[in-house]
Amino acid sequence: MAVFRVLFGVIMAISLVRFWYNGWIEELYLLPKMHFHYSGFEFINVPGKWTYLVFIICFVASICVALGWKYRLSILVFFLSFTFIELLDKTTYLNHYYFITVVSFILIWLPAHANYSVDAYKDDTLRSEYIPQWTVDILKLMLAIVYIYAGLAKLNYDWMYRAMPLTIWLPTKFDVPLLGSLMHEKWVHYLFSWGGAIYDLLIVFLLLWNRTRVFAFILVLLFHVLTRVLFPIGMFPYIMIAGTMIFFSPQFHERFMDFIINKLPVNKSTFHNGMSLEHSSIPMVHKIILSSFMIFQLLFPLRNTVLTDNVYWTEQGYRYSWRVMLMEKTGYANFKIVDGESQKRFYVQNDDFLTPLQQKQMSTQPDFILEYAQNLSKHFSAQGHKNIEIYVESYAALNGRQNQAYIDPDVDLLSVTYRELCQNHIIPLYD
Amino acid sequence: MKSITSIILLLSLGLIVFVSCGDTEEPIEIITDRFDRQDMLTDWADMIIIPALESYNTSVARMASDKDAFIAERSDMHLEQLRESYVNAYLAWQHVSMFDIGKAEEIRLRNYTNIYPTDVATIDKNIASQNYNLELPSNYDAQGFPALDYLLYGMGENNAEVISTFADDNTVTYLDDLVTRMYNLSELVLVDWKTNYRATFINNSGASGTAAVDKMVNDFLFYYEKFLRAGKIGIPAGVFSGNPISAAVEAPYSKIYSKTLFLEAFGAVQDFFVGKSFDGNGQGESLESYLIYMQEQNNTTDIADQILDQWTIATAAADLLSDNLQEQVITDNNKMLSTYDELQKVIVLLKVDMMQSLNIQVDYVDADGD
Repeated sequence: MAVFRVLFGVIMAISLVRFWYNGWIEELYLLPKMHFHYSGFEFINVPGKWTYLVFIICFVASICVALGWKYRLSILVFFLSFTFIELLDKTTYLNHYYFITVVSFILIWLPAHANYSVDAYKDDTLRSEYIPQWTVDILKLMLAIVYIYAGLAKLNYDWMYRAMPLTIWLPTKFDVPLLGSLMHEKWVHYLFSWGGAIYDLLIVFLLLWNRTRVFAFILVLLFHVLTRVLFPIGMFPYIMIAGTMIFFSPQFHERFMDFIINKLPVNKSTFHNGMSLEHSSIPMVHKIILSSFMIFQLLFPLRNTVLTDNVYWTEQGYRYSWRVMLMEKTGYANFKIVDGESQKRFYVQNDDFLTPLQQKQMSTQPDFILEYAQNLSKHFSAQGHKNIEIYVESYAALNGRQNQAYIDPDVDLLSVTYRELCQNHIIPLYD
Repeated sequence: MKSITSIILLLSLGLIVFVSCGDTEEPIEIITDRFDRQDMLTDWADMIIIPALESYNTSVARMASDKDAFIAERSDMHLEQLRESYVNAYLAWQHVSMFDIGKAEEIRLRNYTNIYPTDVATIDKNIASQNYNLELPSNYDAQGFPALDYLLYGMGENNAEVISTFADDNTVTYLDDLVTRMYNLSELVLVDWKTNYRATFINNSGASGTAAVDKMVNDFLFYYEKFLRAGKIGIPAGVFSGNPISAAVEAPYSKIYSKTLFLEAFGAVQDFFVGKSFDGNGQGESLESYLIYMQEQNNTTDIADQILDQWTIATAAADLLSDNLQEQVITDNNKMLSTYDELQKVIVLLKVDMMQSLNIQVDYVDADGD
């Protein structure tokens, strides 16, 4: 648990610095003229230059989490500031950012600072060498959810039988060292597709079982390093590699922490006090919150099954359900502003309003298209246009299929809700 | 029980060996049938881009010498001569504009050469004050071909009137400065391609946001969408404003060249797509051949054919336009709109299907994905 806390804090700190260093704060949050909001969080807006302050707060909090200094406060601050950043614009939604939000939420309610932390060092009533098994198991469960749902999501026709989207992605990786020359081979695409699915489905079980754990961890390393080399997925591989270390035995974790402590002017025996944190000393509220949250995590990713026939086409229930690297979708959306009375019309140049990344995300996702239309309506009515109706001519191509009309071009986007748009106005995908 | 562990370890070792063997033994035969991005880049540079830049440079040089002749003797004949070389240089420019990469991108060649409609008020102010800095972005639309169009055609009703405005030395200086600057910029870009950038371009043959193919394709799309489709046809036709803006056509003062300039640019776009060499005598690797290669690999639809077919339809629509697009907008804007619609239909094929097939991201922030 302590290892998890320390690595989590450190990797988060590195991620935040990397994000800043790459200029993404400016590119993703400050430069865009409009932002796409998560439904229910429309009130969260980019606080201009203060965004940098939020990143600093988040960074400091992640360091404090790693150190275990004022842990409860710092993990809470981390969760809030990180989630705040994520809520600024859903253009930047990534499963691994969501994963971080989820894990940091769980960590708020866990005694991850009970040992090997500044808090525990200072406070010997807190310091405990042993903590209840379930507090560790809950993190394993969360990782299991991520892997297994990701694996189940791969069991679809495109991934298994068409080796899509890997067939599109891999051939352009011809300049990867060693493996480059294989990347256009059809069998490699299938090998990676099937291998990835099997890996995701089984890895948790291999990690759980004592005898296969070391082998499983080697697989974890291989798999995530490979994905790191092949795809632009940032810090995610490191997060997962560090995360899976939670499956190792308590003895391993103890040695790992002692190794670090030995470098510090602190006597490691301080932390080996033989005390255990009793199950009963963890507040009931925490247990209730955690167990309901885990039930939610088990059910929520499945919501697409009641919402839609093809989650990749309509994108209903796509987010927060661990669908990682599963589709290549390209789109194009051309918005027509019509004066309902005079029938005068003109088209919008999207780059007047959106960054290239926003255009890319917008053109393939109905909720973005709708919100953009609503923003356009505000913009043009402020300019004095009247009786505004907005139509979209949109096309999308999924996993190597030819482009198809996406949203019904005859529906006035200002007259429908998101639910209506999805239910009635997405033109079904045909093969 | 120990044996299970060792079996598994052996298996994993075997897997590693298997994977690493796979790539040491096989590649030779494979590489040959792979589409070679570097070949395509080489063909682009040697068969299209550099020859187009050379031709542009030569025609601007010609325009510069005709300008000198006109300044020396401001006669009807010399004006006509200068106008002729102006039109030729403008046509040559249509083959260069889309290559906004390398030095051209760095010095913003396109912004200094062909931003229109030109700003007559600023030009008049610059001429009167003789105090201007053409390097300032605020002077983008007071220089280049659009400004020349105004100086050579727009300052009077007939030749005599135009020539009479050049009695003013300030106007002469401005003309001199504009043409000299255009020559210097074209020289800068051409020399850089020949001495330096060609190698950079060709060797940047990987596949990433910054690789030459990805960048070139993005530039090509951007040019097609913004400068050809919107700039030359869509904006004057009022597609983005509701009302036609006839003053926004290219070269409005010389009147009769706007359609020719458009067709020249449209032809250059299609030539680039199919890899036709600038001199018309050869064919290299191209987006078309790349798409056909990917189509055969993945059994997908014939995107390249669809693109070319649609361009044929667009050309037919454009053929119906009058030589003077400004007049066309005023008299029968529907022909402009239908040309625009046909040009527009290709955008979906280019931006969605081609980009997906070649796995090139539309100019993206180099951000993480998952």
